[in-house]
Amino acid sequence: MPDRITLQVVRYRPEKEAEPTEQEYEVPCPKDWVVLDGLNYIKDQLDGTLSYRWSCRMGICGSCGMMVNGEPKLTCATFLSEYGPGPVRVEPLRNFPIVRDLVVEMGDFMRKLPTVKPWIVRKEEKPLAEGEYRQTPEQLDEYKQFSMCINCMLCYSACPVYGLEPHFVGPAAIALAQRYNLDSRDQGSRERLDLLSDHEGIWGCTFVGECTRVCPKHVDPAGAIQRYKLTAALDWLKGFFLPRGAR
Amino acid sequence: MNQPPHAYTDFHPRWYRPRLSTYWWLDRWPYLAFILRELSSVFVAWAVVYLLFLVQALARGASSYRQFLDWSASPGIVLLNVVALAFLCFHAVTWFNLAPQAMVVHMRGKRVPGMWIAISNYVAWAVVSLLVIWLLVARD
Repeated sequence: MPDRITLQVVRYRPEKEAEPTEQEYEVPCPKDWVVLDGLNYIKDQLDGTLSYRWSCRMGICGSCGMMVNGEPKLTCATFLSEYGPGPVRVEPLRNFPIVRDLVVEMGDFMRKLPTVKPWIVRKEEKPLAEGEYRQTPEQLDEYKQFSMCINCMLCYSACPVYGLEPHFVGPAAIALAQRYNLDSRDQGSRERLDLLSDHEGIWGCTFVGECTRVCPKHVDPAGAIQRYKLTAALDWLKGFFLPRGAR
Repeated sequence: MNQPPHAYTDFHPRWYRPRLSTYWWLDRWPYLAFILRELSSVFVAWAVVYLLFLVQALARGASSYRQFLDWSASPGIVLLNVVALAFLCFHAVTWFNLAPQAMVVHMRGKRVPGMWIAISNYVAWAVVSLLVIWLLVARD
């Protein structure tokens, strides 16, 4: 294993460049170093002007998503040694506007997320005296996988539909809608279906499946969207064959 | 002031907005596999049209059916059908492998593992294929 490795880092300095350029740095490569350690080494020792986001270093905060050798990755969970002898190309997440260097603008997702109502919707709240909304472990298992999302945006970066059609609501937001639909305490699935059952919602997805492959938390957004399509199709069939009251 | 405070950033002049290349699907194998899977639907449609031609020829009588067989034996149609068969198999295999992601089946309160859903699709495929072969061969 090499003791040093070259990082090819994409730089974008809007005050002096019209488009991104590339800069190479040589960093140490101990076997327990992740790509983020390499970036921190650059920032501390080689070039303090490099900008990137990070926080927890443990795959919880979802801040350090970047393209590593063309693949969306959490840089805190991607070991440099896997890419030996290098070089390793580090780019900002694809499909997002670049603010500076490796920092992307994800306001689009932040605006879309609340539109799918990712919270528990009740038609009528139970009186406090009746106690909490209880759930069995089986009911929890129904949605738990989809609740693991950390909003790291790797799925949006892997999704060519989002790259080509920015109005697409996108994998993480739809998976989060499904997380609440499958929650036994929730009663908002009708409202969400009306919103998501169109071309910018679930029907925009062509099931490329890359969102699921790159998800660091094994959320399976592609699965969530396909299940949602099945629900929407059955709902349409019911509306077609059954009188309104029976639905 | 009706617009939200962040609205001005929609047209931020200094953000670099990369465009997805027209050839994005050549970037990586999973994207190419997806495009091939989408393309396979054209060959599925061809297979249906070919079957309809066959039924039509049969309905018109023996000479028409003979003509259809001769047409089918021409090199162009044979080549087309060989390519179509390859794409049809690719179509079936990729969709069967994706089925567990879309279908969640519960039996006796427990979720059936995805592998079993894929396997049941393959079994159904094999049963139908065997039935067709039996109809064609064994009943001669």
